[in-house]
Amino acid sequence: MVVSSIASFGRYCVFISQVFKSPDKWKEFFKRLVFEISKLGVDSIPLVIIISLFIGAVITIQMTINIVSPLIPSYSTGLATREILLLEFSSTMMSLILAGKVGSNIASEIGTMRVTEQIDALDIMGINSANFVVLPKIIGFVLFVPVLCILSMFMGLVGGWFIAEFTTMISVEDYVYGIQSFFNEWYVWYGIIKTLVFAYIITSVAAYYGYYVKGGALEVGQASTKAVVSSSILILLADVILTKLLLQ
Amino acid sequence: MIEAKNISKWFDGQRVLYDISATFETGKTNLIIGQSGSGKTVFMKCLIGLLTPEEGSILYDGRKFRSLNAQEKRDLRTEIGMLFQGSALFDNETVLGNVMFPLKMFSKMSHEEQLERAHFCIKRVGLSAADDKFPSEISGGMQKRVAIARAIALNPKYLFCDEPNSGLDPRTSIMIDELLSDITHEYGMTTIINTHDMNSVLGIGEKIVFINKGHCDWTGTDKTIFRSKSQSLNEFVFASKLFQEVKKFLEREYESD
Repeated sequence: MVVSSIASFGRYCVFISQVFKSPDKWKEFFKRLVFEISKLGVDSIPLVIIISLFIGAVITIQMTINIVSPLIPSYSTGLATREILLLEFSSTMMSLILAGKVGSNIASEIGTMRVTEQIDALDIMGINSANFVVLPKIIGFVLFVPVLCILSMFMGLVGGWFIAEFTTMISVEDYVYGIQSFFNEWYVWYGIIKTLVFAYIITSVAAYYGYYVKGGALEVGQASTKAVVSSSILILLADVILTKLLLQ
Repeated sequence: MIEAKNISKWFDGQRVLYDISATFETGKTNLIIGQSGSGKTVFMKCLIGLLTPEEGSILYDGRKFRSLNAQEKRDLRTEIGMLFQGSALFDNETVLGNVMFPLKMFSKMSHEEQLERAHFCIKRVGLSAADDKFPSEISGGMQKRVAIARAIALNPKYLFCDEPNSGLDPRTSIMIDELLSDITHEYGMTTIINTHDMNSVLGIGEKIVFINKGHCDWTGTDKTIFRSKSQSLNEFVFASKLFQEVKKFLEREYESD
């Protein structure tokens, strides 16, 4: 178990050293980069909007229900909703969700390329296949993920605002006052920095599992599952380390 | 010309190739034949450089593959075309995109020249009307022809084909064989075809290398294969009743001669 983990890590390092090389043709790289930003990033916007909107609403409802003490000011619901969204949800939870969508997409796409010999075809042509296929995905998603993070923060707050606007649980004034109170700008940067690291984990780990698939369709599915599980665990691990480093 | 000298290959301590030496001649269709699991695909992957043999050397027109530096290997790879068993076309590219791909990556041609060359190659394999179709929208035989067009786009000196007839009906198989033979002679390429299709062996086997259980048991041509005394080759070639009848017929012909 330990030996195989060390061997896997070594192989991952070799793989990454192949990925981060200068592209054979920059023009082709930029074309693929734009395509990957669209496919991995822009296509994730609807998912991010829907989930953030509903989770923001749910957090607001739960905060309102649970914070009922007369000693706690009424604007605390907005404040707590904002802090949860900025500190954990829009970075970590959203990344875990995107690990499922983007990670499985990358692992299955590259895995299929491997089993249908498309990767071998690139190698035979003298193209660095790891660099050609994977680098645009990593760079593209890492570049675009701050947009998703900020969008998630915003939509989460909008979700909470809907609760304030359309229910009697909390007034809009209290909610808006709450989300503006004691605002620490660093928390936004903290969320974005975390998301950048998580985006790298999602793309590189999924690409690694896809790239080294052996077998057929069944193994591609297994690689996809392994990619999601491994990147989720690594995201949680990185979350602990980054929180310790950035917030202490 | 490609020369393989004393190639040996092991996987996890198990030897799969034993001192294989063979010469593949320029301007000819060279066939590697053998049963499934005989080691012919491993041998071909060693020839292309996808696998590194533990022993032996491979020479491309005198250039020792293992001694080449990274840039020289890259340059050599641009001289190689490869037709994979499953075609290995890029799913997200059209027929035209697939054929243009090596041109975009390696040639210094203008976009118009690339288009012209790609159209020429597509026309050469008889697929003029399929430019805008994706691989999933065309038949297996058409995919093979697109893969051939992509393989010859850069005018390679060496063409490798891994079981080009697998999964194709006999008529399409013959069409693919004839196409490979024609382009080999037309462009003077060194073509190496990995197959266990006897129609290919008899149709285009100008040079045949028979591999059995990791050993090179026999080399010859489509003309000499019926007269071989190699027991393992005869068991492979005359496995079907049809070919047993053919052998009897030919033996009678030889005796009457």
